[in-house]
Amino acid sequence: MIDFFQSIGHKTLSRFASLGRATRMLIGALVNVPNLRKGPALLVRQLYMVGHQSLLIIMVSGLFIGMVLALQGYTVLVGYGAEDSLGPLVALSLLRELGPVVTALLFAGRAGSALTAEIGLMKATEQLSSLEMMAIDPLRRVVSPRFWAGFISMPLLALIFSAVAILGAHLVGVDWLGVDSGSFWSIMQSQVSFEKDILNGMIKSFVFALIVTWIALYKGYDCIPTSEGISKATTETVVHSSLAVLGFDFLLTAVMFSG
Amino acid sequence: MNTRKIEILVGLFVALGVAAFAVLALKVANSGISGSGETYTLNAKFENIGSLKTRAPIKVGGVVIGRVEGISIHPQEFVPVVAMSIDANYECQFSDTTSVSILTSGILGEQYLGISPVIASDSAKNTCLGNEVTNTSSDVDDLDDLFGVQSKALKDGDLVTDTKSALVLEELIGQFLFNQGSE
Repeated sequence: MIDFFQSIGHKTLSRFASLGRATRMLIGALVNVPNLRKGPALLVRQLYMVGHQSLLIIMVSGLFIGMVLALQGYTVLVGYGAEDSLGPLVALSLLRELGPVVTALLFAGRAGSALTAEIGLMKATEQLSSLEMMAIDPLRRVVSPRFWAGFISMPLLALIFSAVAILGAHLVGVDWLGVDSGSFWSIMQSQVSFEKDILNGMIKSFVFALIVTWIALYKGYDCIPTSEGISKATTETVVHSSLAVLGFDFLLTAVMFSG
Repeated sequence: MNTRKIEILVGLFVALGVAAFAVLALKVANSGISGSGETYTLNAKFENIGSLKTRAPIKVGGVVIGRVEGISIHPQEFVPVVAMSIDANYECQFSDTTSVSILTSGILGEQYLGISPVIASDSAKNTCLGNEVTNTSSDVDDLDDLFGVQSKALKDGDLVTDTKSALVLEELIGQFLFNQGSE
């Protein structure tokens, strides 16, 4: 009986302790701005690894998701003679939900897991400790550029995703299924508002970028430094950040679009 | 891989992101009347607004000149009051005899406000804009002088009195049955 309460207490305390370590790491990464001479070069290198390397998967999935949305939307809408509304259907669902969410999920799988594995291996091979031995703060040198790279590139990727997906929907809807091109764009323009839809979608993708990058970096930084620990941390990154993204998406949608 | 190549590729990535933003902002969203540009507000009392929503378009002869800004209940009379935000270019252009009606686009479409404009007389426009009223010869031709009434031009915050409510199917059927019964 006592053991039972002890196990509950142990779990609660260790959860809070890990939350505290995660927050300290985030603040460390935010406050320790990379120094001016080395900083931009490190950031650019990470932008390349995290952002540019994810372009292909984001653009290809965007194209196909847009095409599938157009195909499915068309078959339903044509029954009501409302196939002209395909444009706003596709644009609104992409800008408000699918763009930020699917990008965040793909980003967690493509870039988040890589960040965790990289930092985890650095910890396992005691590279982080060696940096500290040389009086280089690993938060400043390793974590901070990766954090900012993720925070900058994910919203850009989400924008690219939405734009490519709308072009994909145009490809299927207009060029293949024969929706009128003029009404596709003009009804879309009359229904989509810049402040309400595009800006709110961008706010979402910034929040998701923060969540995914933070979880990925923390899992790597805090992993058990064995090969098993790294594999567990990488799995946890993908699972936890996907669940967190979906949960926060519901919250943000309820706040932004329910009124 | 050398730094220069990485920097070029990152530059391409960022440029692509900015281009996507530009496409979404300019091609997908409406950069028209919503939010941007000066507007002024008119109010109109209706008996029944049907399913009119905020942000519904306000049209003159099919051309959108504004959007419904808010719908509220008049505190004393308990009838809906619709606040209309209209492009400031049209301030003081409509006379107070202008009528506003709630119309439906298509059979199943959204409801919108249609304004049947009565163009304000020159003297009313000038009074509304705050200019000095000068008796020019053109005033003689005004309809106001013909009928001997002084009309006003609509400016910010004015109330439009001539309104036609939305058609509600149940009320129409009720009226029809009532008329049938009285015959």
